Amino acid sequence: METVEKTRVATIWLSGCSGCHMSFLDQDELLIDLAKKIKLVYSPIADVKVFPENVDVTLIEGAVANEEQLSLLKRARERTKILISLGDCAVTGNVTALRNTWENSDQAVLQRAYIENAQVKQQIPTDVPKVLKKVHPLHEVVKVDYFIPGCPPSAALINYVVTELLAGRTPNMEGRSKYG
Amino acid sequence: MTATTVTLKIDGLEVTVPEGTTILKAAKDNGIIIPTLCNLEGLSPYGGCRLCLVEISGSPKLFPACITPVSSGMEVTTQSERLTEYRKMAVQMLLAERTHICSVCVANDHCELQSLANQLGVDHVLFERNWTRLEIDSSHDFLVIDRNRCILCTRCLRVCDEIEGVHTLDLKLRGKDAQVIMDLDEHWGNSCSCTSCRKCAKVCPVGAIYIEGEPVSHTKHKDIAEFITERRQRKWKQ
Repeated sequence: METVEKTRVATIWLSGCSGCHMSFLDQDELLIDLAKKIKLVYSPIADVKVFPENVDVTLIEGAVANEEQLSLLKRARERTKILISLGDCAVTGNVTALRNTWENSDQAVLQRAYIENAQVKQQIPTDVPKVLKKVHPLHEVVKVDYFIPGCPPSAALINYVVTELLAGRTPNMEGRSKYG
Repeated sequence: MTATTVTLKIDGLEVTVPEGTTILKAAKDNGIIIPTLCNLEGLSPYGGCRLCLVEISGSPKLFPACITPVSSGMEVTTQSERLTEYRKMAVQMLLAERTHICSVCVANDHCELQSLANQLGVDHVLFERNWTRLEIDSSHDFLVIDRNRCILCTRCLRVCDEIEGVHTLDLKLRGKDAQVIMDLDEHWGNSCSCTSCRKCAKVCPVGAIYIEGEPVSHTKHKDIAEFITERRQRKWKQ
């Protein structure tokens, strides 16, 4: 049997609602065609602990809101040929970044969640990654090669971009994607 | 007596229009569409958004088509790589200036700023955002203003002043800090001059002024100023 080297694809879920991953899964039967061409090397839907080397395409959902996400994003950039911002949180910050409108939002957001809104055991956790002062869209931190806006982006759009990239073509977003 | 006319070239097309016509109007009347945002037929031109910038042969400067009158022999270019770059930049600056989050905005999919971003291929914003947190005033019975979504196009001010004739709305402060205010910076619900005519909500290109409980797609009616102006001139009788 002929062995074809599959494209190594990763997906990452940073600060977002997972809706973009849901949209990715909404490709439905097209996922079967996709599975023939790709190897999913890292993803919230694949049990892999460490972001691997030599990744061809990485789709990233969500904005960067804490230090763990920041280091994962930087590592992904180092180890990926084509990095894609998937969805509005990754592209603009979106709802995740609304806390940027508060003063000292890194402290304020924890105060709000763990003290003001907690009915029992009011305490700010200390064993979780440090929250960043501001939430950033990906391109404020690393170089991003393609942007797929949308909240969430449609399954058809995600499929188009991935299919074009797998075929070695440059996706033409004109008239396909919608800002915000 | 016929008005004096001027002949010029727009994108290579020779056009003849009455003297005093703006480049924008001359282009539009000849089927050439220049992108605009603050401009609205029926209201005085403002020249604030810089989307209608065009090139004129012989000058290195760019000119806002909405406030630049035509002159004889002028050669205007409305589409070029340079202009597209500047227009994209203008849209990105508007998106970065305040807190524009389409997914939670009443005007999502019915927004002129969003639609221009799409037309120009703006899929992300290069500039760091200001993340403003300005006052949202919902003290009026049904009109709401969210200043974080305002792009300071002043359409609402102009329609309030020039069409409704009450001048409830105005601006305070300057530059990026400028804000739309009611009367002498009263809460909208306390305004003694507002007639609650809704024209401000109808012409707002974004989701800054809207009617509570009403879909923006239903409220928006950007032709309202032109429509009323024509009716006042009894144009239907001609």
